[in-house]
Amino acid sequence: MSKRRILHYLNQFFGQIGGEDKADISPMIKEGQVGPGMALNQGLKEVAEIVNTVICGDSYFNENLDEAKAAIQNYLDEVKPDLVIAGPAFNAGRYGMACGHVAEVAAEKGIPVITAMYEENPGVEIFAKYAYIIPTADSAAGMRKAVPAIINFVKKFIETDGEVGSPEAAGYFPRGIRKNFFAEKRGSLRAVEMLIRKLKTEEFKTEYPMPDFDRVAPNPPVADISKAKVALVTSGGIVPKGNPDRIESSSASKYGKYKLTDLLEFTEDNSETAHGGYDPVYANQDADRVVPLDVVKEMVGEGKIGTLHDYWYATVGNGTSVANAKKYAADITKDLVADGVEAVILTST
Amino acid sequence: MVKEIERAGIPVVHVATVVPISLTVGANRIVPAIAIPYPLGNPKMDCTEEKKLRRALVEKSLRALETEIHEQTVFED
Repeated sequence: MSKRRILHYLNQFFGQIGGEDKADISPMIKEGQVGPGMALNQGLKEVAEIVNTVICGDSYFNENLDEAKAAIQNYLDEVKPDLVIAGPAFNAGRYGMACGHVAEVAAEKGIPVITAMYEENPGVEIFAKYAYIIPTADSAAGMRKAVPAIINFVKKFIETDGEVGSPEAAGYFPRGIRKNFFAEKRGSLRAVEMLIRKLKTEEFKTEYPMPDFDRVAPNPPVADISKAKVALVTSGGIVPKGNPDRIESSSASKYGKYKLTDLLEFTEDNSETAHGGYDPVYANQDADRVVPLDVVKEMVGEGKIGTLHDYWYATVGNGTSVANAKKYAADITKDLVADGVEAVILTST
Repeated sequence: MVKEIERAGIPVVHVATVVPISLTVGANRIVPAIAIPYPLGNPKMDCTEEKKLRRALVEKSLRALETEIHEQTVFED
């Protein structure tokens, strides 16, 4: 069979357009390969070719979903690829979401999609059913491993005509798709064997893992916000000017707690963002755009909000692990409960 | 973080631009924001207009906190 034609999707950074200052560029299409596409193409040259590369800014994609998806649809109709590769996106949330949306659009057209991300990227949970998502490290430092992993998977996909096998065997995140097959032993026998292993506290593997829905039920509403104590929390990295705690711009190892009693609003002289995952220009000019301190103070003054907790809390939600985010939130919550806070406004970029 | 604070019994409103992520992380009261680099602002507006926009979002967030809900809810308008 002739070489498969591949369309490759990249964000503005890996597409070599620019950094966060270019995250708002709209989709564009290029001939041939760009960035990591070069190495992918080289590795796949016997069986496939990246014929076109589509590049879009991460912020643009997530803020203009309908337009971005329509553009992807048009490119797919024009190019008619046999396969789509997206990313790898590592632990970049917006990029992972964009790769996932690309996968969804392609899946609707029956075009298989192969992408690669870190397990905590929100794109994995939301879009696994639309794509083969290969696990990667949590940062682009894992590119050297991610590229051969994608190449091997694509080769296998082509060789087997799409019958790559189970997620465990072929190395991709489970897609929630059931395939019928004939097992050697009948179900009752397998169940009893499993039970015996369980009773002996030996290792056993369920054939039907229950989904892990860690949901928290909504709390009752605040009866009257004009009498309530409110606190401000953000994952958008708003810190006092100079970032006194040196919160990292990605994969933050801590959160900050900062006094707001002497402030009426944020200005470019008293605050900045430590977040490295979005264009910082606007938040550095006026951090009220991320944590609405000015408006909240005003409304406390007008009696529309009861009182404001004396501190705001900030971390950088850029590539931060779920385990760390949980830990910070547990500490912050202890504080809030001790101070009788009744409602929280949490802002994310 | 939203989920952990909510777990402790404090209602949280999550003001976030990428609503699908907010839904995935388990926020219950969600107010869609303006844009990723400026969720509660718009640098293209003049200061007064921008503040009005921010105030409207904060008011919507407070309304969300005062609203009884039984499942994840996105407060569109």
